[in-house]
Amino acid sequence: MDSLNSLIEGFGTALTPTHLLWAAVGVLLGTAIGVLPGIGPAMALALLLPVTYALDPTAAFIMFASIYYGGMFGGSTTSILLNTPGETAAVVAAIEGHPMARAGRGSQALAAAAIGHFTGGMIGTILLVALAPFVAELAVDIGAADYFAIMVLAFIAVTSVLGSSRIRGFASLLIGLTIGLVGLDRLTGQQRLTFGTLELADGIDVVIVAVGLFAIGEALYVALYLRRGTQEPIPVGRPWLGREDLRRTWKPWLRGPLIGFPFGAVPAGGAEIPTFLSYVTEKRLSKHKDEFGKGAIEGVAGPESTASASASGTISAMLTLGLPTTATTAVMLAAFQTYGIQPGPLLFERESSLVWALIASLFVGLVMLLALNLPLAPLWAKLLRIPRQYLYAGILFFAAVGAYAVSSQPLDLVILLVIGLVGLLMRRFGLPVLPAVLGVILGPSAELQLRRALQISDGSLSGLVNSPFAVTVYVVVGLIVLWPLLRRLLLRRERERTPVA
Amino acid sequence: MRLRVLLSLLSATLLVLLVPPLLSSESSAGTGTNIPGLRFMVPNTPGGGYDITARTAARAAEDAGLTGSIEVFNLPGAGGTVGLSSLVSDHGNGRVAMSMGLGVVGAVHTNQTSSTLADTTPIARITQESDIVVVPADSRYQSFEELLADWQANPGSLPVGGGSSPGGPDHLAPMLMAQAAGIDPRSVNYVSYDGGGELLASVLGGQVAFGVSGVGEYRDQIEAGELRVLAVTGPERVDGVDAPTLTELGVDVEFTNWRGIVAPPGLTDAERERLINLVTELHESPEWQEALEVNGWTDAFVTGDDFGDFLAAEDERVDGILRELGL
Repeated sequence: MDSLNSLIEGFGTALTPTHLLWAAVGVLLGTAIGVLPGIGPAMALALLLPVTYALDPTAAFIMFASIYYGGMFGGSTTSILLNTPGETAAVVAAIEGHPMARAGRGSQALAAAAIGHFTGGMIGTILLVALAPFVAELAVDIGAADYFAIMVLAFIAVTSVLGSSRIRGFASLLIGLTIGLVGLDRLTGQQRLTFGTLELADGIDVVIVAVGLFAIGEALYVALYLRRGTQEPIPVGRPWLGREDLRRTWKPWLRGPLIGFPFGAVPAGGAEIPTFLSYVTEKRLSKHKDEFGKGAIEGVAGPESTASASASGTISAMLTLGLPTTATTAVMLAAFQTYGIQPGPLLFERESSLVWALIASLFVGLVMLLALNLPLAPLWAKLLRIPRQYLYAGILFFAAVGAYAVSSQPLDLVILLVIGLVGLLMRRFGLPVLPAVLGVILGPSAELQLRRALQISDGSLSGLVNSPFAVTVYVVVGLIVLWPLLRRLLLRRERERTPVA
Repeated sequence: MRLRVLLSLLSATLLVLLVPPLLSSESSAGTGTNIPGLRFMVPNTPGGGYDITARTAARAAEDAGLTGSIEVFNLPGAGGTVGLSSLVSDHGNGRVAMSMGLGVVGAVHTNQTSSTLADTTPIARITQESDIVVVPADSRYQSFEELLADWQANPGSLPVGGGSSPGGPDHLAPMLMAQAAGIDPRSVNYVSYDGGGELLASVLGGQVAFGVSGVGEYRDQIEAGELRVLAVTGPERVDGVDAPTLTELGVDVEFTNWRGIVAPPGLTDAERERLINLVTELHESPEWQEALEVNGWTDAFVTGDDFGDFLAAEDERVDGILRELGL
């Protein structure tokens, strides 16, 4: 009850005209930043830091939080329309969103994403209010062994997106894992596959790999093979979500936060793995499995809701523990410190009014974002009316800008092109692209957590299964792996029984 | 309608991209410290340690009217060595400086780069921060002596967590500590985390036996009684932290994580003096003193050749320990 009262007070602060104004500015900026590939919310906040010194802390943080959520909303736009994810959280949106856009259902995909972000953010923020202290405990109790167990689960889930040919799927996954190896070994400091190039020491950014494989690969493929094809621009269909769409999306919207929020709140969670797990879950649960890969709306709604809920999770970890679990919250933490505020266990007591105003403004910001993005969806979708050759030229341009903006290294453009060529060859020989991207995301973190867990247990394998959480996850993994076998056994027994009866 | 929305989006974008540079393009009165068009390179990502130091210093210098705008830009990569090699190749450019610190010294060794800090023009060391040895409140270690006894007996079974990769400050501190306490650094079980935040969760959750991190990162958790500090690594005790220094405990190590500023090689004496002057004036300005206090940084001001000697000594120390570790 106490927190409810504080929250109402927080709304009092958040709904003053000045704070509303800053929330609106943040929402606009965030959406724009999300749409521009490469410029993520973290970079935008860092650039804005000097400008916001003049503001009072409450206004500044209201704006920062709105930018963070806004970036999530905007990030999926380019993913869906141009197959060019601007942020890692939006990679999954491209898988189903882009085929939808090409089939003339771009505005539905965008609307499903926008409402998904809204629901995910709303439920996530409600969870933040209700579960903040509990989340703090969860984040502390999860260790390397538990993370590794989740990675194993994620790898098992990858098999469901390998495509029709297992061999090609695994080949693609291996390409991704190899790209993921590039860089400095975090445990021993050795360089791997960097060929002595300093710029490669930090590894290849997932955004560059995703943009290279998805956007550049596709643009090159279109340029090579579709020249004689139809020059018709992509059709833009009816702008609104139909009843059928709504029936298929409301459950994914609601399921998203359950996956996203806990991942956001734990230190090594992030948004990539939960969005992917949400995608796989929706694929398994959907009644339209055959549509997946060709533009299934559930595959947009679920992951997008997850992405925004994970953003709420990270904010909750930042406020309750002073734990920055993403680059964006790291910058927000730095901003707190320049105002002389130390986020951490005492924040809720010391800066109670600021924190609750911030949380209240998250709700306000989400409503504004929905109001801004839902009407924009059909307008954005009209981008696809641009004739194909100009459209792909634009995609190449934005992809290059995005890759360069990640760390302003000219070398990144070369890497982008090389990965683009790999993407072209993969398309040419029928290798699915998605497992490669997942390999880049999962490989390095799985390796890191495995080695960290073994290090903590001083090399003993029992260190991998010494927590109830990890054991539970492994049991789930075992069930998933053995399920087809079990089902066959059960069916056979039933068949044997039938003639007797 | 569509046009207006697009226009407003476009202008919002332009606002983000243009406002910081435009705001800073106004020129200030020409004082002796004014360096028009000065650029300040940050060799790690926005929000990182060097970034905050650089942006705070740049703002304090502007507010104090010491110089016109200072453009802060990021060139991250390989622990700061990507930025370092770019700085070293910017021979004779008196209008660029780089924010750096102990981490870059280590990264030069682990990455075996051709450009080293000896190639740069040292300008000043500006701040330093003691590291702390922390355990969670429910740890069985009440004092550093108890921890040390167990650590000496079986280093492998006591994982040490730190917020930097091998060669970074949180890695060097326990290694130097081990060396001084008669433990073979190679037997130290160092677990690397991605920054102090991720480390914090592992320390609180008892994943690692103890953590080594900067004192500033965990002030709140220490105050709330969630973490217990067993020792500080610096030469003096730290205000508000109830823990002895390592030297008091009989472990002969003094270790601070410092930050400083270096400039490209090949500067004329006048250009070098001008930069040192600017930093000295900045150091004396009330704006900077206030920034030190707000951020909880300890002043450690040393300029020019003295800083150069210090750099060389640190380099030798880091080289020694990393060589022993085989990195």
